[in-house]
Amino acid sequence: MLLFVSSVLLIWGPGLAVAQEGGESVGTRLRFENVDGDRIPIEGGRVTVATLDGEAVAEGLSDAEGNVEIPVPGPGTYVLTLDVETLPEGVVLRDPDRLSTETQVLEGQTGRTIFALIAGDVTLDTDEGVSFRQILQLSVEGLKLGLFLGMGAIGLSLIFGTTGLVNFSHSEMIVWGMLVAYFFNFYGFAGFLGFMANWPAPFGAGVNLAFAALFAIAGGAGLGYAMDRWIFLPLRERGVSLISQMVVTIGLSLILRYVFLFIFGGSPRFFADFTAQSAITIGIVDITPKDLITAALSIIILLGVGLLLLRTKLGKAMRAVADNRDLAESSGIDVQRVIRSVWVLGGSLAGLGGVFIGLSEQVSWNIGFRMLLLIFAAVVLGGLGTAFGALVGALVVGIGIQVSTLFIPTELKNVGALALLILVLVFRPQGILGRAERIG
Amino acid sequence: MTPVEQLADVAPEPGVSKPDPILVVDDVSRAFGGLKAVDVDHLEVQRGVITALIGPNGAGKTTFFNLLTGFDQPDSGTAVFDGEIASGKSSHELARKGMVRTFQLTKALTKLSVVENMKLGATHQRGEHFFAALVSPLWNAQERDIESRADALLERFKLDHMRDEYAGTMSGGQRKLLEMARSLMADPTLVMLDEPMAGVNPALTQSLLEHVKSLRHEGITVMFVEHDMDVVRDISDWVVVMAEGQIIAEGPPDTIGSNQQVIDAYLGSHHDSALDLDAGLLDEEKP
Amino acid sequence: MSLAAIDWGFILTQSVTQAFDFNAVVYALAAIGLNIHFGYAGLLNFGQVGFVAMGAYGMGLSITLWQLNPFLAVVVGMIFAAIFALILGLPTLRLRSDYLAIVTIAAAEIVRLIARSTVMRPITRGAEGLNEFIGPFRDLSPFSPGQIYGIGPIEWRGSQFFAVVVGWILVALSLLLVAQLMRSPWGRVVKAIREDEDAARALGKNAYWYKLQALILGGVIGGLGGMVQALGNATVQPDFFVAPLTFFFWLVLILGGVGRVWAPVFGAVVYWFMITFIQNTGRQLVDEGLIPTSIMDTSQIDQIRFWIVGAALALLMVFRPQGFFGSREEMALDAR
Repeated sequence: MLLFVSSVLLIWGPGLAVAQEGGESVGTRLRFENVDGDRIPIEGGRVTVATLDGEAVAEGLSDAEGNVEIPVPGPGTYVLTLDVETLPEGVVLRDPDRLSTETQVLEGQTGRTIFALIAGDVTLDTDEGVSFRQILQLSVEGLKLGLFLGMGAIGLSLIFGTTGLVNFSHSEMIVWGMLVAYFFNFYGFAGFLGFMANWPAPFGAGVNLAFAALFAIAGGAGLGYAMDRWIFLPLRERGVSLISQMVVTIGLSLILRYVFLFIFGGSPRFFADFTAQSAITIGIVDITPKDLITAALSIIILLGVGLLLLRTKLGKAMRAVADNRDLAESSGIDVQRVIRSVWVLGGSLAGLGGVFIGLSEQVSWNIGFRMLLLIFAAVVLGGLGTAFGALVGALVVGIGIQVSTLFIPTELKNVGALALLILVLVFRPQGILGRAERIG
Repeated sequence: MTPVEQLADVAPEPGVSKPDPILVVDDVSRAFGGLKAVDVDHLEVQRGVITALIGPNGAGKTTFFNLLTGFDQPDSGTAVFDGEIASGKSSHELARKGMVRTFQLTKALTKLSVVENMKLGATHQRGEHFFAALVSPLWNAQERDIESRADALLERFKLDHMRDEYAGTMSGGQRKLLEMARSLMADPTLVMLDEPMAGVNPALTQSLLEHVKSLRHEGITVMFVEHDMDVVRDISDWVVVMAEGQIIAEGPPDTIGSNQQVIDAYLGSHHDSALDLDAGLLDEEKP
Repeated sequence: MSLAAIDWGFILTQSVTQAFDFNAVVYALAAIGLNIHFGYAGLLNFGQVGFVAMGAYGMGLSITLWQLNPFLAVVVGMIFAAIFALILGLPTLRLRSDYLAIVTIAAAEIVRLIARSTVMRPITRGAEGLNEFIGPFRDLSPFSPGQIYGIGPIEWRGSQFFAVVVGWILVALSLLLVAQLMRSPWGRVVKAIREDEDAARALGKNAYWYKLQALILGGVIGGLGGMVQALGNATVQPDFFVAPLTFFFWLVLILGGVGRVWAPVFGAVVYWFMITFIQNTGRQLVDEGLIPTSIMDTSQIDQIRFWIVGAALALLMVFRPQGFFGSREEMALDAR
């Protein structure tokens, strides 16, 4: 099976870009997209510009965002040529004949063009067919993904259960946790309070990721608290409908996502610790120590959450409110306090989940949307509003996604999960663990 | 012999057969999470009379209503409405066949005007089909017809002064009246009223009762859920008592209050006084 | 380095041009569709961009793959959007409204991912997208591609002016259609279902079927938006159809006032004027050094759009859901 990593240059937004200086220029953006849908910009790619007659005009290098913009003397048609020698190793033009492309430049505007690239052909074992080892290996990877998803899904499901709100910004809490951990991993408090620069870590410098993760949990809890305290509690008190609240979560997710981009930048990065690890072999399955540890930690934490829900007074109150809010209220449960706790719990779980995902994949500002869709698949599968259903759903989705790559192209693995979501709604709308409720 | 007079010979016992039933229910049951909310062996509803459905809180009256009107589907059993199998049919199909219901929490469409609410009630409107809707001449004449019927009904229910107001501006009692009037737009043969008096101020109660009685004059069968025994005694021709999901008693209104099983059922749920049928305005039977 | 150096004339011209450009048409059509979904039938469609994409691909593929004539291609685009509505609506319209929201947002992304996949490359041309379809439409255009058309400083090249004219005609037709439907008994049923589905069902209306019709209609009009996009940009690229676009459409709808016939057009024009104005002003401020690049550079100016949309969406939804035109009285009736 061939694993293509298609890489493309994109024109963002419709219409013609307007040149910045009012003069004419040509431009392009060098980035490629990996299988997970993260667009990775290429820095330092050289593009040369010539007239149609072959007369060289100018050249330029792409910046950290992959952007190249080269002023040209005036309107007309220009030929852009990509210097493949300057591309990162393994990245080549998909069609080697299209080394050069023409672009038309109008008065006062930027002519944009596209170079289509392939980041090398990664070949999987094709001749041995589907082996038991492959299935087991992918299941373990899927289990890991499922556990991380579960940390987000439980929060989303509990918030839905207690308030009826589908939180479309939940995945931004995951990214938030990831970025908080990244920040403390590299900078510590001095990152935003400059005068502390000489203080010891975590004040003056970055701390080990293990400690940074604690800040991520706190950060996630804080964001969850803040969202309920200053946004959704007031909305509930104003009597704003759930549908309006849902649109508010959408707006919030857009703001958060692009604030993350503004602060963090577009390129995916890695944590300072535990990044390059070689896999160890357990039985017949290869797994890196960091994956082993994060997966084990997730299991412990999710078991803890399970115990919290089943055994503690707060947990029972959460389930009671999710089960029947009016009944819970009339039996003396402080519903608003329970909802606050659910937001805080959901935020901290999402924050930690973000650290794990960042560690297992990469730290990126726009990983949230893909996570959101997978979490939706998980909670619908498990039954909206049930915490344990969400967890089971997440595991099924995680394992399903990874194992499905044996049968469908890797680039479509997430599509499989989302298609499953629709199928579940057709045949068992209450989810795997959900009770049949009266609908329609 | 009128339908009411026919009832005189019917024995007051649960599940008894009636001379001219419009609705026949057999073995209908519905459970929620292991709890049996409704389990009715047999019930017949006489055509052309007013039948009251009473019972203590949690007796399953509203659930039973939902099952009969297609808003919920029974786990087992059948209901036959006007000679046709009704169970398994969806609510809008039943409504088109003439079984129209109202709701305990009134469903006046607050953002439509009163007359639009009424016009909505008419069935078989040509303009309700997508492509026909695009061509006004196809439905203009019918629309005018419907509008004059709506105006006539509004006048009868003394709501004509509010004709062009949003239904949202009406009081609770007016909404009940509107809902009843609107259900008549559908030319029903059986009207199912879910607690028609709940939340209505006493001044309007009498007028509401008169309207219910007038339905019987027009030959429309009425079945309603009620808690207030006075109301039941005043307007109903037949009373069906439910407790714990089952029909425990049936009979004419003046004798039902002395039925020992009925008293036990009410005592079982309200320990304070016998037959305090007022007690149940709080609706806890909705699971 | 001063305010005087800012070319306000240029900025205003750009803003007005964009406000009536084919992009505004795309947004208006998509929002007219959303208005039918949400404003009239109460359906939560968070994946309108998927319908837009289906329309664009349906039209594009009809020509690149099946060599149909341009008029048939438009019909096929509409059928694509309608089928998409059926796939999403049939399983979810019996369920609570949040299920439709979840399924639509996911399905829109499925469409984009499949369209750009290598597996589909022989058909959809992957991430590069379709562009050979434009020829037959250019042949239909009465405007010569190179010539400039317009009023005063607001001008378009002939190739795009065709999309602008066709686009606004489609908008006008769609508005007429919506206005007629909403004053018909069909519209009455749909509005009743939005407010209380059970009440409508108790009166013999098949709520499920009407919701499906509304979903299809709004989706098909959104699909027309996708076709205008294809005509204007002369390309159908999967990465145009990203998820946030749906929420730009939502903002356009809410700006104008949910449930009003004219709202989407008003919203689209205002949206494009404001965004273009803000972005161009921002760029010039950066170029003039009035905003230090340490705070923001020109590429980041483009990101402001998302902040504005996000904040406006949330704030309008809470504080002025009736939009610019809507009356407070009507909202007060809303049993929130």
